Amino acid sequence: MNAFTNGSPTPLSDRDRTAADTPETPAAGRRWKRWAAGLAVAAPLVLGGCNFYPSYGASRGSTTQGQDTFKLYSGMMTTGIIVGGLTGLLILYTILRYKRRSETMPKQFHESIPIEILYTGIPVLIVAALFFFTVITENKVDATVPFAAKVTSTGSPVVDVKVTAFQWGWRFDYPNDNVSVSGDVTNGPQNHGPQMVLPYGQTVQVTLVSNDVIHGFYVRDFNFSRYALPGVVNVFDLNIVRAGFYPGQCTQICGLYHSEMLFSVRAVSPAQYQSWLQSEVASGHTMKRTPEPATNTPPPYDHVTHSNALAAPASKKGSL
Amino acid sequence: MTTTIESPDLIEPEEPGGPDGHGHGELAHEEAHEHHGPHGILNWLTSTDHKVIGKSYMITALVTFFLSGAMALVIRAQLANPTSSLVNFQTYNELFTMHGSLMLYLFAGPFAFGGLANYIVPLQVGAPDMAYPRLNALSYWLYLGGASMMTLSFVVAGGAASFGWVAYAPLSNSINSPGAGTDMWLMSLGLTGFSAIFTGVNLVATIFYLRAPGMTMFRVPIFSWNMLVTGILILIAFPVLFGAVVMLFCDRHFGTHIFSVQGGGVPVLWQHLFWFFGHPEVYILALPYFGIVTDIIPVFSRKPLFGYRGMVFATLSIAALSTGVWAHHMFTTGVVLLPFFSLLSYLIAVPTGIKFFNWIGTMWGGQVSFQTPMLFSMGFLFAFLMGGVTGVLLASPPVDFMTHDTYFVVAHFHQVLIGTTVFAGFAGFYFWYPKMFGRMLSERLGKLHFWFLFLGFWITFMPQYLLGLKGMPRRIADYLTTNGWTGLNQLSTVGAFIIGFSFLFFFVNLVSSWRKPVAAGDNPWDGGALEWFTSSPPPHHNFTHLPPIRSERPTWDYNHPEHRKDESHGDKRHREHEKETETVGASS
Ligand code: HEM
Ligand SMILES: [Cu+2]
Ligand SMILES: [Cu+2]
Repeated sequence: MNAFTNGSPTPLSDRDRTAADTPETPAAGRRWKRWAAGLAVAAPLVLGGCNFYPSYGASRGSTTQGQDTFKLYSGMMTTGIIVGGLTGLLILYTILRYKRRSETMPKQFHESIPIEILYTGIPVLIVAALFFFTVITENKVDATVPFAAKVTSTGSPVVDVKVTAFQWGWRFDYPNDNVSVSGDVTNGPQNHGPQMVLPYGQTVQVTLVSNDVIHGFYVRDFNFSRYALPGVVNVFDLNIVRAGFYPGQCTQICGLYHSEMLFSVRAVSPAQYQSWLQSEVASGHTMKRTPEPATNTPPPYDHVTHSNALAAPASKKGSL
Repeated sequence: MTTTIESPDLIEPEEPGGPDGHGHGELAHEEAHEHHGPHGILNWLTSTDHKVIGKSYMITALVTFFLSGAMALVIRAQLANPTSSLVNFQTYNELFTMHGSLMLYLFAGPFAFGGLANYIVPLQVGAPDMAYPRLNALSYWLYLGGASMMTLSFVVAGGAASFGWVAYAPLSNSINSPGAGTDMWLMSLGLTGFSAIFTGVNLVATIFYLRAPGMTMFRVPIFSWNMLVTGILILIAFPVLFGAVVMLFCDRHFGTHIFSVQGGGVPVLWQHLFWFFGHPEVYILALPYFGIVTDIIPVFSRKPLFGYRGMVFATLSIAALSTGVWAHHMFTTGVVLLPFFSLLSYLIAVPTGIKFFNWIGTMWGGQVSFQTPMLFSMGFLFAFLMGGVTGVLLASPPVDFMTHDTYFVVAHFHQVLIGTTVFAGFAGFYFWYPKMFGRMLSERLGKLHFWFLFLGFWITFMPQYLLGLKGMPRRIADYLTTNGWTGLNQLSTVGAFIIGFSFLFFFVNLVSSWRKPVAAGDNPWDGGALEWFTSSPPPHHNFTHLPPIRSERPTWDYNHPEHRKDESHGDKRHREHEKETETVGASS
């Protein structure tokens, strides 16, 4: 992020200026030198710094996986802008250049094999390169700590969380610590649904399931989503890099209250995480005590009262 | 059957039930039937003429388009502010499901293959009608039934289907979607599916067997080529959809458990079956529109198509690849082989790129004029370019993980779909309207339509990319003020209403062409394919005579004999072989 400030052209001292080799116009030469020096400093910083990966509207990622995905996205977007931009400019140029100006009949040519081979070959190379980088990133994003490694690992143990998506809410179980947090649409959207507290700097292994319909587990700042698919157990790892509040939401249409199926992730330090676990156990949020949420029974829906009753304060909760 | 190539004299068209004596029996019968058949509205309703059926198809498809467009405006109005209360959740879910379903199943496909292609393909290949005219009529009536069924499902108890146009199991099962609306949705898919299959059969048979003497496969205009490939894709894809629909229906009503975990079934099987149909369907929707643009650009550039053979090759390879990429819609399920589907998806970019450069090459060195059909074609180029570039991004599983089911994808597929079905679709409409009705549309109103559409298009969909990247999921009816999505949503809504507004010019244009008709003549654009050789509108069996066919632009060759030498791909060897090919073409 500092590339711009660090990389701005450094003014040369007077001594440098007099020492500067001067061609015909001394002033011009000096200016040239100054820019060259500035560029020499700035280029590696700009290219090597984070601005090599413009964000193009996306999150830079708050997990290592999300950061890898972001870099791939950014690089592909840059490629897309260059290739698409050049093609677009070529179309625009053709339109302006060959706009009909006279009624003479243009030359009736049909094809040009070398050019056609060229514009078949170059795209093949481009997509081959994109595929190469895709596979590299995909392997990083998809890598999970295997079960055997988990039980024997020392130092930075893996945190297991089981996420159950249901109509219309989420349950987060921490099987190793007997903690369970859940919440559904009746809680209202104000606090952004149930919260999954996780430590940063440690590997978190999420096991994602659904017992009713398909849901989508999606956290924007993790640059990641995965279906909660009935009959399938999906496992993925998250390595959160910094503390923060990360809103998440169901992305796969799952029925009436799909729009309200919010949740959030709060990343805290491992020490805070441990004390959070203890306070949850103390306040009785244990796995046994949390009843299995009723699934497949849509709450009575009032077709007259507006859905946005949900967004209103507690008084309306009863109408669900 | 053999024609004299060197003479510019006109030849007699192949008569129905012509010399080779088979394949046209039904046609001959139809002809007799038509001539003595009923008149007026009854004639229209019972007609088996491809031109009448084509027009019925187009009108019906346009009605569903405007209905569905109106729903889109309601959806956009709802999203214009975070806690809008225009419609409730249930209605919202029904609206986006019906919007998507009407657009894809009932407008985009049928408008292209039932409407434009039905009308134009027999003309382009010099045939008197489709190969199976009665099957063609049946196709329309099934389609009309399907369209009515889908639209009417809004009024049944429980409302219309509300699970999105993809109907993922188990949301679409009888527990989660108990209403009759879902069954009507399924039946509508069954009916329109069969109507598509019948039209597909007709297109393939017509293009393979009813070409005029001299029209070898490599002289078939690209629009018809693309319709041939579309027809083949329909025959591959739609039976799978029908199978899936029947299975889901059995799950809903006859106690099977094909898609339910509880009974030992596999929900994700629905996705495999659906997308095995769904991705080829994407190209069933796109190829006809590519064909339209490919026919329009040479006409307005006064040049032959650049890279005709490359274009055919590109279309064939897109079609082949499109049957092997279905699971790129399922990257986030966690149960598909990512690299395989990613690689094949990437590869589709190559033939698509070839098409782009062929279109540019066609304009290159030409005398390009920008009448309404050409303007819309240019709109297509830019829209599809933008949608195509973001499509390449989505072929990458990690990038798909970060954007799947967000507005990024909504923006992507609308740019692709509107580029094809709306920009290219209306390009075709403006292009062929004079042929179909013998009257011109106003250039001024056409251009106004274009510019407002073009403006509205970018304002509607560019902000949606950003919304997706800022985390807005698709298919949600409301959002939080704290999400920070409000401004971009409002911009998008403004754009949508500009798109809606642009169609007023279209309506005025239609009405004024009926109030104050301007005669079109046979060939208002100096077009090259055979449809421009006959009168506007064409007579009952299309042609009274045909020009000799020695390139993909027989009408152009006939009207510009001085440039004929450059034709036949400028290849002397090729011209010597011409006579031989001619005979082969005629007897096929
Ligand atoms: C004319 C301007 C159009 C506007 C303003 C528009 C707007 C919208 C909106 C707001 C949605 C809902 C997105 C969501 O909630 O996830 C949507 C969904 C969709 N639209 Fe459009 N649309 C337009 C044209 C089209 C066209 C021409 C097609 C296809 C040919 C199309 C196909 C779809 C599909 C397939 C969906 C997804 C439905 C689903 O989620 O199941 N739209 N559109
Ligand atoms: Cu959902
Ligand atoms: Cu696809």
